[in-house]
Amino acid sequence: MRPDFWVVQTFNGLSYGALLFLLASGLSLIFGVMRIVNMAHGSYFMLGGYLGLTVALRTRSFAMSVLAATVAIALIGMAMERFFLRRLRGQDLGQVLMTIGFALIFQDLALLIWGGDPYNLPVPAALSGGLRLGGAVFPIYRIFIVGVAIAVGLGLWLLLDRTRAGAMIRAAVDDGEMAQGVGINVPQISLAVFGLGAGLAALGGVIGAGFLGVYPGADFEVLPYAFVVVIVGGLGSLPGAMAGSLLVGLLDNFGKALFPELAYFTLFAPMALILAIRPTGLFGRG
Amino acid sequence: MIRRRALAAAIVVGVLAGLGPALPAYPLTLITQALIFGILAMSLDVLLGYTGLPSLGQAAYFGVAAYAVALLATERQVGLVGCAAAGIALAAVTAAVFGVVAIRARGTYFLMITLALGMVVWGLAFRWVSLTKGDNGVSGVPRPELGTLSLSAPLPFFYFALVTAAVSWALLGLLVTSPFGLGLKGIRGSESRMEALGYNVWLHKYLAFVIAGVFAGIAGVLWAYYNGFVGPTDVQLVTSVEALLMTALGGPGTLIGPVLGAGIIVFLKNFVSVYTKRWLLILGAVYIGVILFAPRGVVGAFRRQRR
Amino acid sequence: MSTPVGADLALRLVGVTKDFGGLRAVDRVALEVRPGERRALIGPNGAGKTTLFNLISGSLPVSAGSITLFGRDVTNTSAHRRAAQGLARTFQVTNLFPDLTVLENALLAIQAHTASRFAMLRPMGVFAELQARARATLESVGLAGVTDAVVRNLSHGEQRQLEIALALAGRPRVLLLDEPTAGLSPAESRLMAGLLGRLDPAITVLMIEHDMDIALELSARVTVLHYGCVIADGSRDEVKADPQVREIYLGA
Repeated sequence: MRPDFWVVQTFNGLSYGALLFLLASGLSLIFGVMRIVNMAHGSYFMLGGYLGLTVALRTRSFAMSVLAATVAIALIGMAMERFFLRRLRGQDLGQVLMTIGFALIFQDLALLIWGGDPYNLPVPAALSGGLRLGGAVFPIYRIFIVGVAIAVGLGLWLLLDRTRAGAMIRAAVDDGEMAQGVGINVPQISLAVFGLGAGLAALGGVIGAGFLGVYPGADFEVLPYAFVVVIVGGLGSLPGAMAGSLLVGLLDNFGKALFPELAYFTLFAPMALILAIRPTGLFGRG
Repeated sequence: MIRRRALAAAIVVGVLAGLGPALPAYPLTLITQALIFGILAMSLDVLLGYTGLPSLGQAAYFGVAAYAVALLATERQVGLVGCAAAGIALAAVTAAVFGVVAIRARGTYFLMITLALGMVVWGLAFRWVSLTKGDNGVSGVPRPELGTLSLSAPLPFFYFALVTAAVSWALLGLLVTSPFGLGLKGIRGSESRMEALGYNVWLHKYLAFVIAGVFAGIAGVLWAYYNGFVGPTDVQLVTSVEALLMTALGGPGTLIGPVLGAGIIVFLKNFVSVYTKRWLLILGAVYIGVILFAPRGVVGAFRRQRR
Repeated sequence: MSTPVGADLALRLVGVTKDFGGLRAVDRVALEVRPGERRALIGPNGAGKTTLFNLISGSLPVSAGSITLFGRDVTNTSAHRRAAQGLARTFQVTNLFPDLTVLENALLAIQAHTASRFAMLRPMGVFAELQARARATLESVGLAGVTDAVVRNLSHGEQRQLEIALALAGRPRVLLLDEPTAGLSPAESRLMAGLLGRLDPAITVLMIEHDMDIALELSARVTVLHYGCVIADGSRDEVKADPQVREIYLGA
């Protein structure tokens, strides 16, 4: 293997991990505050991609498509929480089953609206092409993805660590009952966090569509990745989501490059190993 | 009460057996399908309804057994007994291995881990093309022969499935009314209390997991023969999700409920498909409806009324 | 009076400590309970009594110290193994199987220590001896009339009785009772006290109890816990007269 094989693969793994971070951070936060696993999270990712595609084709603006997708899906997520999930407060299994129902509905609606063909999101010229370093070419778009993930990571950290809203979110994650008791409006926090998570997933979806494309089945294909990231990193933990997405991105990439026939298996073995040692994940709180 | 249920079941089996020859081929095959998925749904009920473990990965053991049968039957011309034994054994081994990882987790974690494990099997089915033929799947699985009796026609295969389903129901029925089964219900009620009473809770959950895998495998064996074709779609997440819906709709923790749920879903799916392609949309809506309005499922609600 | 050697003691705690992050809930607790003894564990709310029970029963691991059960070190033994060695407990917050019947609850407790718990192909009804033992246990706590009731429909008092029944079913050698009269009316508490007074004298009983009268009535010796530390340990009268104890309970 030439040395730049490793460099390129590492970089690819990093950029995929960056995408996963956008997806998984939202899922992790949603679980942290609401203790439910959102099975429609992959759907948000996919719908973000599709919506971004439509907006991009209409307005020819990448920025518009990213913005529209993120905001629209965030609103859909919030509506889902407010009008449906909230009714099942406390019924963990019921809420999960309900999100499954929505995932199925979203999948079929996407098929109905956008059809069965895969699409690629048109990417602005400024972000296309590659950067030559040493003997390898690094696609600028992938660098962009890493940049976005870093920015989002920083933004989330600042939000959680430095703002009042963030403190309330952290309190709700730590102990929802207690938080309610000291006057924090936990239902409102849940709503906001759900919207944030959905928006982040959609952001991942629309940006991801630029190099992965968008296609039917992307929702259920990406969902296990998000789950593995969050299981490995620990539910409710932002550093966990970062560590997890990096790990999963690298493992998946190297796995696919070196053992193409063993697809998800390269994911499963490390996950099993980590869980055998720490059942609540690397940074988990159980 | 057990006698009453056994009697009711015997009547249902008898009615179905009697109706068999009178029904045209299409509804007969639908009922056969319902029976096969009924076994899968019952296997999930052992975990979900009785032990309180929500699994979204039963399709893994279903698929592993189905692929084993399909490959052995088409490539090695292995007969019914050999294929079935191999399929069920493989499903059991897979469950035994996956169980070690999955049982450490509870509730939500368990759900996600079983989902991920199910996807591992799907990924292998999809990518390990040299073994599983990838997306093309394994086709041309011949109907087996029971001695001199060929199971090719819908009616004999229907009886084969009916007997298998009835025996599965009987065995699982014994399981859930046995001391071990009571232990599972106890775990569902309070794991901490069970630990305090002296039960090795991990072991009981693990055994339930493997048993559920075995019965999912039995369903998979039947499916391979019924369908004549096994592909990655049989192992996909939607299959596990449908099994979960069948169990939830029919009534978790009732054993017969999930079979009823399977029947409803199979008929709905086939009926709906005649008029629209929007099957998943309707399935999703049914899911949400069930959760909101009938959280104990059809049979569960019925039993509740009678208490 | 010579200090008993470890093997003679039903329960022995040495330096048992439990830290939760920065909070020390149980601080170097030493406890020696002789077989057949009736010991009350009292102390203000938050003193660490239930945490101590959780450490003894094994549902929580200790941060430091050792726990010995009839001479055997169980510090690193899992909760269910300790139960198999003769340790039973009740819970302060009722911890029963709410969707099962009273009889099924008792059966679960009875079959826990038998090989039958792994029987998979014979229905429960076939196990006549288990059924008989379950009914006998329920009768001994006064629940013979409600065997087929679903637990979540029982009154609070009946549920507390069932808590005791579940703990007694396994014929324990050491019984940890966590506030058996919690939430009971004075009349119900009287009945409970009567029940507890009739317990087999061979069983070693360690009881957390807020009702001081009942605690002192049923126990010969008392251990007082305060902020996780043992501040008094002796006979009823010794503890009643202890100035620190008086200060905590009667105010300065």
